[in-house]
Amino acid sequence: MSNFSELMNRNRVRWARQRKIANAVMLTLTGLVTVLALIPLFWIIGYVIIQGGQNINLDFFIHMPTPLGVAGGGVLSAIEGTLVVTFLAAIFAIPPGVLAAFYAARYPSTPLGVALRFSTDVLSGVPSIVVGLFAYAVIVVPMRHYSGLAGGAALAVLMLPTIIRTTEEMLKLVPGTLREASLGLGAPEWKTSLSVLFPAASSGIITGFLLALARASGETAPLLMTALGNERFDIAQIIRSGIQSHMNVFQVFWRIINQPVDSLPLALWKYAQQPYPERVKLAWAVALVLVLFVLIINVSSRVWIQNRSRRMKG
Amino acid sequence: MLKPLKPHPEKLWLTRARRALHYGDRPWQGLLVVISALVIVLMLAIGGLLWFKSAGARSAFGWSFLTPTANPNWDPVNDLFQAWPFLYGTLETSLFAILFALPIGIGIAIFLAELCPSWLRIPLNWSVELLAAIPSVVYGLWGIFVFLPRVVAPFGVFLGETLGQIPVVNALFAGPIPASGSSRLAASLILTIMIIPTISAVARDVFLAIPVAQREASKALGATEWETIWQVLIPYGRSGILGAVILGLGRALGETMAVTMVIGNSIQGGASLLFPGYTMASIIANEFAEAVSQLHTDALIEIGLILFILTLLLNILARFLVWQVARQMPQEARS
Repeated sequence: MSNFSELMNRNRVRWARQRKIANAVMLTLTGLVTVLALIPLFWIIGYVIIQGGQNINLDFFIHMPTPLGVAGGGVLSAIEGTLVVTFLAAIFAIPPGVLAAFYAARYPSTPLGVALRFSTDVLSGVPSIVVGLFAYAVIVVPMRHYSGLAGGAALAVLMLPTIIRTTEEMLKLVPGTLREASLGLGAPEWKTSLSVLFPAASSGIITGFLLALARASGETAPLLMTALGNERFDIAQIIRSGIQSHMNVFQVFWRIINQPVDSLPLALWKYAQQPYPERVKLAWAVALVLVLFVLIINVSSRVWIQNRSRRMKG
Repeated sequence: MLKPLKPHPEKLWLTRARRALHYGDRPWQGLLVVISALVIVLMLAIGGLLWFKSAGARSAFGWSFLTPTANPNWDPVNDLFQAWPFLYGTLETSLFAILFALPIGIGIAIFLAELCPSWLRIPLNWSVELLAAIPSVVYGLWGIFVFLPRVVAPFGVFLGETLGQIPVVNALFAGPIPASGSSRLAASLILTIMIIPTISAVARDVFLAIPVAQREASKALGATEWETIWQVLIPYGRSGILGAVILGLGRALGETMAVTMVIGNSIQGGASLLFPGYTMASIIANEFAEAVSQLHTDALIEIGLILFILTLLLNILARFLVWQVARQMPQEARS
């Protein structure tokens, strides 16, 4: 009898110990996988900084690409192209994105509001390469040539869901009393939206724009079939020739956006696949620029949003 | 004495117009409605346009475009196209990526939501989300020059020597892996890294939405922390976690640049994970700008259409699941 209960007790103790060990092991494992997932992050960032830092210099930023074998040379055309494409994307995506977000924040449960938020979700899940095909069919096919314009449109479609969602979130953070006060003073709805709600949420909205822009500027896939790439893209040259032939500002601008342009991720993709060490070095330098750009925008805007939403809630 | 305000007789029409427009609110609302409708139209237009533009390929090949074949045709010169190898490559790499990423993503979510000290939570959250912010081409570049030779090639050799020798699973793990490491395995591993942030972020939100009472009840019954997580929280958040997995799968299916750079781009691949292959996104990326014929373009657009439909279905399913979880746990949710 006493033997039996002793056995029971021993089993119970062993069981409890097993559960404790299992607990400790599994909890440690979750911590370990977190570390494991962060290894690639630091590996990539560290490697890109070391490799890119060795290969980056002033030439990189101010010179056009040179033919293979010619020393020097940078990626000015890609930098300019990235600016053009991202700028166009911002122009195309920000105004409609903000307006749609006003609607989504104001009328979240009307049929249109539900449909809007659903399509925003779906749009954010569409693969970027499919968006590229769409922009190709809408702009490149009718115009019959690749252009920075088409690239900008593709990136705009990719940015749109991000912009709508962050703007909506930020508008929802604005206290309802602000809008009631404005309406109570007799301001119409549109004036309330534009000159009370928007300024109150503006810093969060603008960081949302920056995040979306950072994302778009690193996109490659949709540019393959829209902007195509153009190592000779040179804005200074276009402006100079425009002045010589007495074109007005709009004609020059149209010329800039109406031809194939290069972009940093496209250049990286091209250089990385070439079997020449100097091109691969250039690719690492491009990667450094892209990664630093993304990191700086991400970290700073997150700090900003964090402070902002804390202030608004508190 | 105050006189009642009367509109200036000459500007009466202006006042009337203002009133009729509710002092600008009618046009404003109209504008919002139109823009919102345009966003919806945009989504429909993407699907519709891909459907119409791929008509040539659809009528030329019908379902044989998609059916599994041992000897697939992809012959731009003779205008013969079959998408099976790309479909297979996409599905195999994405499913293995999910297989690798699921335990890691859930582990991170558990750590972030349940265990992590609060001072560590924000930096860890940000670091995991930064993984999603790094451009895809940079992953590809790092993959080619660092990840493939240092990690994938040795791991592939190891898989070939162990799992590759077991009769049944042999088909999936037959070696040898190419010396460079370019293979479907490389693509799966890169995808794993890229979808971990998606899975862990959604799963973390699911864990945070589970009421505290569930944890307290379980611990009051004497369960350890891990037993609470494994037997209470995970079953409770099951459908939300499934939603996270599906969202991750959607990302993996459409990922283009990094995969294209490491997968080896070979149409004749065999079934094994250790062989080079091709995915739907990477064939479009590689050939679209240099398509030789109209039918070639159409076939590539049809592949894009398939990709669109797949991600659309997955997204709808995932949103539905996540939305259901959110509806299940209304008031007492932990902030």
